[in-house]
Amino acid sequence: MGNGIQAKRKFEKIIIHIILILMSVIMLVPFFWMILTAFKTVGEATSVNPFVIFPKTWNTDAFVTVWKNMSFVLLYKNTLLLIFWRVVCAVLTATMAGYAFGRLSFPGKNFFFSIILLQMMIPSQIFIIPQYLMISKMHLTNTVFALVFPGLVTAFGTFLLRQAFMGLPSDLEEAARLDGCNIFQTFLFVMAPLTKSAMVALGIFTALFGYKELMWPLIVNTNAGKMPLSAALATMQGQYGSNYPQLMAASLIACIPMIILYLIFQKQFIEGIATSGGKL
Amino acid sequence: MTSWEKKQFFWGWLFILPTMLGLIILNIVPMFQTLYQSFFRTGDFGKGNVFIGLENYEKLIHDPEVWQSLFNTFKYAIVEVPLSIIIALVLAVFLNRKMRGRSIYRTIYFLPMVVAPAAVAMVWRWLYNSQFGLLNHMMHVKIEWISNPHIAWISIAIIGVWSAIGYNMVLFLAGLQEIPRDYYEAADIDGASGPRMFFNITIPLLSPTIFFVMVTSIIGAFQVFDLIYMVMDETNTALPKTQTIVYLFYRYSFAYNNKGYGSAIVMLLLCVIILITVFQMIGQKKWVHYN
Repeated sequence: MGNGIQAKRKFEKIIIHIILILMSVIMLVPFFWMILTAFKTVGEATSVNPFVIFPKTWNTDAFVTVWKNMSFVLLYKNTLLLIFWRVVCAVLTATMAGYAFGRLSFPGKNFFFSIILLQMMIPSQIFIIPQYLMISKMHLTNTVFALVFPGLVTAFGTFLLRQAFMGLPSDLEEAARLDGCNIFQTFLFVMAPLTKSAMVALGIFTALFGYKELMWPLIVNTNAGKMPLSAALATMQGQYGSNYPQLMAASLIACIPMIILYLIFQKQFIEGIATSGGKL
Repeated sequence: MTSWEKKQFFWGWLFILPTMLGLIILNIVPMFQTLYQSFFRTGDFGKGNVFIGLENYEKLIHDPEVWQSLFNTFKYAIVEVPLSIIIALVLAVFLNRKMRGRSIYRTIYFLPMVVAPAAVAMVWRWLYNSQFGLLNHMMHVKIEWISNPHIAWISIAIIGVWSAIGYNMVLFLAGLQEIPRDYYEAADIDGASGPRMFFNITIPLLSPTIFFVMVTSIIGAFQVFDLIYMVMDETNTALPKTQTIVYLFYRYSFAYNNKGYGSAIVMLLLCVIILITVFQMIGQKKWVHYN
């Protein structure tokens, strides 16, 4: 009987692995196809009879052409600046506000916190038209500031950091106070360093979703040289039409840095998303 | 007020000042501006707005394009949300144990999350290509994945599922780690099978996480824009049957520059999302178990 159960367990294990591998294939096929297509000639990519899976020669023409035609260095720079300022602003403001909401008591706290919750519940598209009009009235379209603008502060990040601060033991704070720290010093030297993992999580979350954002950059930065990667890729589809090797090559150039970062820091990525996404 | 209370008052307000100021300028005021704008007909370049009262809403109620888009959005959500949740949940349960290759699988499933949506959409569009696409070739069929109005919305939902599985799975894995091992060990001694443990232990104990993922997935599905914008050309005959409410909002507000009507559309979206969220909050009492 024991053998029967063990055999059954083993069978189950094999089935599970087969499902997991099958799923992995489904997840990876688009990536492989992207890579294979990027190295093909247009002729190979659009050959039906015979259908070409692997390029005959690994041809880098598509990469050379899109690198020449699209100013990727600028696009990377814009994307980096967008991510950098968003992360700095979000982590800074959210950590401060999170501390106040999680640790201090002051008049109006509940009212202000309800504004935080309200913002989190409302679909962000509601804010877009007025945000755009503000930027355009200030003549700041096609700037890095415009890209960063909606992410200057974050209700969600404040909520996340508040949770982190609330989870800390209160005797630390009291000890710091007895040692003569004022509120600001207690915050900066004692409490804030203890929420580092929440800050990292917020940083990764902000960076990733800043990188993936599409509608806002499309609206606000329409000059090709002022776009981040996401919007530039979206507009190139219209220009390159159906030259799929070039479209795939550009996609690869745009996505590889983030993929490499992810592969190096996958633990931080996944944990960051799990802690922040789970509290959204 | 003691001096300690005064200090907290001072620092509390100072600490929340940047965030509150930002939220008021970026979100609270714009919210009312959008509502206000929805009562106006927008002139050229956003100037010369004309007050027209409820005319935008009247037009909206009688606009078949709006209702079709709302219906399209519903259809998308009904395919995308359950599939991405069920597949992610099963994968998370499979991966929630010591096993070979666990972190490799996790890395692979999460990979679509770190790719720009424009790239995701482009490669899928290429896979779906009816003449030269890999999918039709592999399946020996001639399906028009994205230009057949009856199929296109499913094709788009599939891309949505593919993109969301990893994200949901990571959230489920985090939730699963909170479930004490003892439950499974006890059930194991009683000879309970894997599926039984799944339905009698995992689902009830994970229900708060499942509920949370469901709420955020549905809200996310109702705001789909990237996929439609990238996959569906404006000349695509399947566009009317696939465009979502947010895509319509974008087109009216920024392509047609009719910000008044765009505002009315986005107010409709707000109402729909609030309604759905309220329904879910009521419905959760029947199946979500909080400890």
